[in-house]
Amino acid sequence: MSILVIAEHDNSSLKQATLNVVAAAKAIGGDIDVLVAGENCGAVAEAAAKAEGVNKVLVADNAAYGHFLGENLGELVAELGKGYSHVLAAAGTTGKDFMPRVAALLDVAQVSDIIRVESEDTFVRPIYAGNAIATVKSSDSIKVVTVRPTAFDPVAAEGGSASVEQCDVVKDAGLSSFVKEELAQSDRPDLASAGIVISGGRGMQNGDNFKMLENVADLLGAAVGASRAAVDAGFVPNDMQVGQTGKIVAPQLYVAVGISGAIQHLAGMSDSKVIVAINKDEEAPIFQVADYGLVADLFEAVPQLEEELKKVL
Amino acid sequence: MKVLVAVKRVIDYNVKVRVKPDNTGVDLANVKMAMNPFCEIAVEEAVRLKEKGVASEIVVVSIGPKAAQEQIRTALALGADRGIHVETDEEVQSLEAAKLLKAVVEKEEPKLVILGKQSIDSDNNQTGQMLAALTGMGQGTFASEVVVEGDKVNVTREVDGGLMTVSLNLPAVVTTDLRLNEPRYASLPNIMKAKKKPLDSMAPADLGVEVAPRLSTLKVEAPAARQAGIKVADVAELVDKLKNEAKVI
Ligand SMILES: Cc1cc2nc3c(=O)[nH]c(=O)nc-3n(C[C@H](O)[C@H](O)[C@H](O)COP(=O)(O)OP(=O)(O)OC[C@H]3O[C@@H](n4cnc5c(N)ncnc54)[C@H](O)[C@@H]3O)c2cc1C
Repeated sequence: MSILVIAEHDNSSLKQATLNVVAAAKAIGGDIDVLVAGENCGAVAEAAAKAEGVNKVLVADNAAYGHFLGENLGELVAELGKGYSHVLAAAGTTGKDFMPRVAALLDVAQVSDIIRVESEDTFVRPIYAGNAIATVKSSDSIKVVTVRPTAFDPVAAEGGSASVEQCDVVKDAGLSSFVKEELAQSDRPDLASAGIVISGGRGMQNGDNFKMLENVADLLGAAVGASRAAVDAGFVPNDMQVGQTGKIVAPQLYVAVGISGAIQHLAGMSDSKVIVAINKDEEAPIFQVADYGLVADLFEAVPQLEEELKKVL
Repeated sequence: MKVLVAVKRVIDYNVKVRVKPDNTGVDLANVKMAMNPFCEIAVEEAVRLKEKGVASEIVVVSIGPKAAQEQIRTALALGADRGIHVETDEEVQSLEAAKLLKAVVEKEEPKLVILGKQSIDSDNNQTGQMLAALTGMGQGTFASEVVVEGDKVNVTREVDGGLMTVSLNLPAVVTTDLRLNEPRYASLPNIMKAKKKPLDSMAPADLGVEVAPRLSTLKVEAPAARQAGIKVADVAELVDKLKNEAKVI
């Protein structure tokens, strides 16, 4: 078996999710190659070559891949993928965008968002917002799979010594072009891989009040997330949404503040190790999944939390 | 310009999902079904494009059992002009759905195809992208804004890092995210009018597509339940527990 893992990166650094996907590839077994497709992405390729368990890194460095357009990546990966038994990518917005194109071009099914590998052709994945867990078997010759990064412990980022090869396949489908990007700037850890996440919901009332959560987050080295209601209301940007249709997080500690605990929200955080809920409604469903529940008005509890943490940290 | 919207009949998003005791799937008997929420957003976007004079005709298509006609009628009540029902009782996986939709696209030749980014049952997030690949179209996935300008469409996409705007040649495929719009409700007169709008029914074979699933579901289980926790009395106790019991801070 031979597995092609598509690296997730921003042209300058390798995203941790790639290491989680390589871990999933190891669970399948076989030779693991990593494709770094991007523009001026040499540093990413070097980083990928150091990851544990990687056999070879292919670098497709071309302007056509600079913005990870699904049309171009789809064609590239479909062509390279023909030589492999499995093609894997992280189930982030990039992988979700181009991988189904790869599957369609190869005329195979895609298995989305796997959380476990049972064997080379059988995978476990959540369906119905995580209310059911399906075990599915693929009968296709090439398995195109997206991986939920939080479900696999990452391989070591250092220690490997894979060879790096240039790949000069250029696929520019000519269907789409990049216009602009508005990326959130934050010094806090990345939401999807942070060890601690503190999220606010509709109960926060407005965007300014998220400052309270940021203060706590900065004490803990945490990332700040949100419910859909908080994003829809315009309190915070979309990249902070946790849930079935937002980001999936599984930190050591998840603190839900003013969040009721709808199933779509739980789908994104219920694999967290420890869950804390702060909500003034003692009947809120979030308390059914919380390890520690505090029934309180968040406008009193969160500033108190900041003070208490200052004492003990 | 003609807009094609694909909609799916799924379990209502408010229903508590139950896994069947024999682990073969999810219990859908006597469960409330509805249009997939992302598909509602797709229909709404098409209707808004028509109201702006950008779209001239909205064709809505659904693949599924006889009862999926209810969802087509809902879309017609919301403002779609005409329905196409590809009727099948078989399980239709994303690749087959994309192939069926491709056949519909070839017949209808829409300038824009709008789909939901994922359906809340299988949570696959695949069909729109597969359709785009099979028809050689560009794709604007997870859209939060769609602006048609001449023979291009600019799509602002919700991505992990924030927002990204792409420009696509028409015809193109757009898949909707939650912030694209807030769908309206159908009015009673429009529900009545929708009953008279044309709805064509056909079988997958009429479109020359064989529905043959590549993935087989071996079992479906309930997720591991979290153990119920405790309520703490105040913030001081919470911090103490986090530090000394859970040891996570
Ligand atoms: C297709 C679809 C996809 C979805 N995807 C997602 C998703 O990915 N992520 C997601 O989060 N949601 C998602 N949702 C929405 C989800 O169903 C809920 O509507 C949403 O999660 C509710 O957000 P909330 O808990 O912040 O708001 P609410 O449900 O309104 O809860 C607010 C909570 O704040 C508490 N509160 C208010 N004031 C205070 C105070 N002063 N102190 C303490 N507590 C207070 C209230 O008691 C209440 O429990 C989706 C829905 C659909 C239909």
